[in-house]
Amino acid sequence: MSTINAHHTPGAKPMRWETYKHEHHWRTAADEFDAAKLGMWLFLTTEVLLFGGIFCAYAIFRMMYPEAFTNGSSYLDWRIGLINTIVLLISSFTVAMSVRCAQLNQQFWLKANLIITLICAALFVVIKLTFEYIPKLSQGKAPGTWFSYPYAHHPEEPIWWGIYYAGTGIHALHVFIGAGLLIWVLVRSFKGIYGPKNYTMVETSGLYWHLVDLVWIFLFPLLYLIH
Amino acid sequence: MTAIDTSHDHHDEGSFLDRKGMGLWSTIWDWATTVDHKKIGIMYLFAVLTMFFIGGVAGLAIRAELLEPMRTSADGATTGVMINFGSPVQDPDTGEMIRDYTVTPNAAGNTFNRMFTLHGAVMVFMFIVPAVPASLGNFFLPIMIGAKDVAFPKLNLFSWYIYVTGSLFGVIGLILGGADTGWTFYTPYSIQTDADFWRVTLMVMAAFILGFSSILTGLNFVVTVHKLRAPGVGWFDMPLFIWAMYATSIIQVLATPVIGITLLLLVFERLFRIGIFDPSLGGDAVLYQHFFWFYSHPVVYVMILPGMGIISELLAVHGRKHIFGYRAIAFSSLGIAAVSFLVWGHHLFTAMSPLASMVFSALTFLVAIPTAIKVFNWIATLYKASIALNTPMLYALGFLFLFSIGGLTGLPLATLATDLHLHDSYFVVAHFHYVMMGGTVIAFIGGLHHWWPKMFGRMYNERVGIIAFALVFIGFNVTFFTQFFLGTQGMPRRYASYVDEFQIYHQISTYGSWVLGLGFMLHLGNFIHSLLAGPKAPPNPWGGLSLEWETESPPCAHNFHHEPLIKHGPYDFETVVPPHCSEQDFPLPKQH
Repeated sequence: MSTINAHHTPGAKPMRWETYKHEHHWRTAADEFDAAKLGMWLFLTTEVLLFGGIFCAYAIFRMMYPEAFTNGSSYLDWRIGLINTIVLLISSFTVAMSVRCAQLNQQFWLKANLIITLICAALFVVIKLTFEYIPKLSQGKAPGTWFSYPYAHHPEEPIWWGIYYAGTGIHALHVFIGAGLLIWVLVRSFKGIYGPKNYTMVETSGLYWHLVDLVWIFLFPLLYLIH
Repeated sequence: MTAIDTSHDHHDEGSFLDRKGMGLWSTIWDWATTVDHKKIGIMYLFAVLTMFFIGGVAGLAIRAELLEPMRTSADGATTGVMINFGSPVQDPDTGEMIRDYTVTPNAAGNTFNRMFTLHGAVMVFMFIVPAVPASLGNFFLPIMIGAKDVAFPKLNLFSWYIYVTGSLFGVIGLILGGADTGWTFYTPYSIQTDADFWRVTLMVMAAFILGFSSILTGLNFVVTVHKLRAPGVGWFDMPLFIWAMYATSIIQVLATPVIGITLLLLVFERLFRIGIFDPSLGGDAVLYQHFFWFYSHPVVYVMILPGMGIISELLAVHGRKHIFGYRAIAFSSLGIAAVSFLVWGHHLFTAMSPLASMVFSALTFLVAIPTAIKVFNWIATLYKASIALNTPMLYALGFLFLFSIGGLTGLPLATLATDLHLHDSYFVVAHFHYVMMGGTVIAFIGGLHHWWPKMFGRMYNERVGIIAFALVFIGFNVTFFTQFFLGTQGMPRRYASYVDEFQIYHQISTYGSWVLGLGFMLHLGNFIHSLLAGPKAPPNPWGGLSLEWETESPPCAHNFHHEPLIKHGPYDFETVVPPHCSEQDFPLPKQH
């Protein structure tokens, strides 16, 4: 800790993380940090269960309509899916690095890593829209009653698209929520709020971002790769 | 072994209810932005009681409709809207646009359907799930483990606002005409009905939003119990109410997301017709039922476990006896939570293979074991106890009686052969009302009386409380016991009309509901009177030993003037003189 504070000339105004005081109902800052992490892990459990519903529906309809689902995944370009997977994996790495940078008081790299993560998030959404949602919807590959693709091989293809849009759509919503959290963290890190004594929000937002990545890691093979 | 003396340590800090000279608007602002778990608990209490009132009125309306075999009270409002804003028509004489309030008869029982949906949805999602955890739990969980607040106070306030938002969605849906799907929103009917209107979508959205509030409360409590217990409060030094709240919170965290995704998909289904639950598009309606009950059966234990926790407190404190089988009761709470996730299939026996039905039937019987462990331990606690027959204790005894009936009538419903005859009948209605109302609501009202002096610093009138209890207890049994007979004789649930031979039972049941409503109104009056003119409450009116009785009534802003020291367990009534009490008031048993 002392090496970190050595950056400062004596008498300089301390950064905000240095004067961080835990909230009064906690005995120690360590307790507060542990609690925040436990809380976020519990919340991630709920997210896993939420997506569990989608995966369960996927499994059941795949069993009910195997041809429609095999055919459905052939509409998706696995290369686009792979690029998006790589984009998200990079973002997961940079968000993990941003936590490390906060712990080591590397303020520049904390912000830089957060910005790279956010660029990846934006890239993911742009790729998803321009290469998948927009062309597919314009061809009539839409869910349920909106389905109007004239060359469908199978009468149950609307269900496939229903699962596809529900799964990737709710995932995309989580990309937005995660990016929103990270933007908030970025804004606050410009104010010097995060550092070795206070990086709780960086860590918990990072955990949330990892979940966004994790869900995609499951969606990608289920939707794109299984034929 | 002595009680902790806090008298030498009086700060200036007043009670949390103290307005400190603030005006009306700054008081309102202070409450609206508070992160104090006690104030949030009280705000929740008022919100859930309001919802209980709305749901209760709907329940009384259902009973009034069923007084006659043919449709009666709802005859005037058959447009399908419960509040008639009139439809715009052209006046034939003057030619100007006027509103026409006359209604034309259409599908019989439309309003009845909306009324029982309203009753079910409001009571389940807006009242009984948050009732005990969010009000009494919020107020007392931190105090009982010696903490200053819950782990995430801002999140706690946020969850209250989410709850209010969800309830507003429900109320707007209700004003727009209400849903007619039943509180379970079964597909495909819930996809097709009222397709041109927002009201069903709003109701489903309401339940979805309320789920968030429930998750956040549960998450907050789990972390609080793990991380904020005062030094010396080990897991087995916690009052059993905390164990029950802990088990409840685990279920809330693990089950609610599944209803979240289910209801979200249902909203997509209504807005975009994506087809997942719609058989006409290749979807699967039974899948919806599985998803729905995967949440909604565990949530039954979210409703009852907090009630069980309250009963453990009431019986021990008002019986002045150490709780019998502390660990058995604590672990049976967790046991119920664990088993709760494995029994959802018994809601759709007829939609499964015989093998799956048998497995779910067998698993359902397992619930009886931890539940019976609790009941036997409670009865053993009462053995040779010095029972004070005040309102909280009467409610606890009432709970034992009613909940046992509710639990035991669950067994014929879990048995495949008898369930074939009884399912979807009034037997089911009576069964779950005995568990939900005879269990949870009775425990909630008992707990409210028990902790009322601590929450508001005022005593309630004991005589009025006992009379109201008698009305509630008699009214409840008259209302719902008759429904067991109706069910076994074949009266199906959710019908507005019935054959004449059932009328006598329906009439008795409706008369009972009036007595029940009167009892609740008497309680309400008693509470209001207590707030306005009740005598000031001492810090420990019942001689309790858990930590909330160490602090004053109502507690100061940070609950304790200094971190509490734990010198005795919450149930050591045989050996400890309660804090703030003299031995004359609460004599220790003679040592033999």
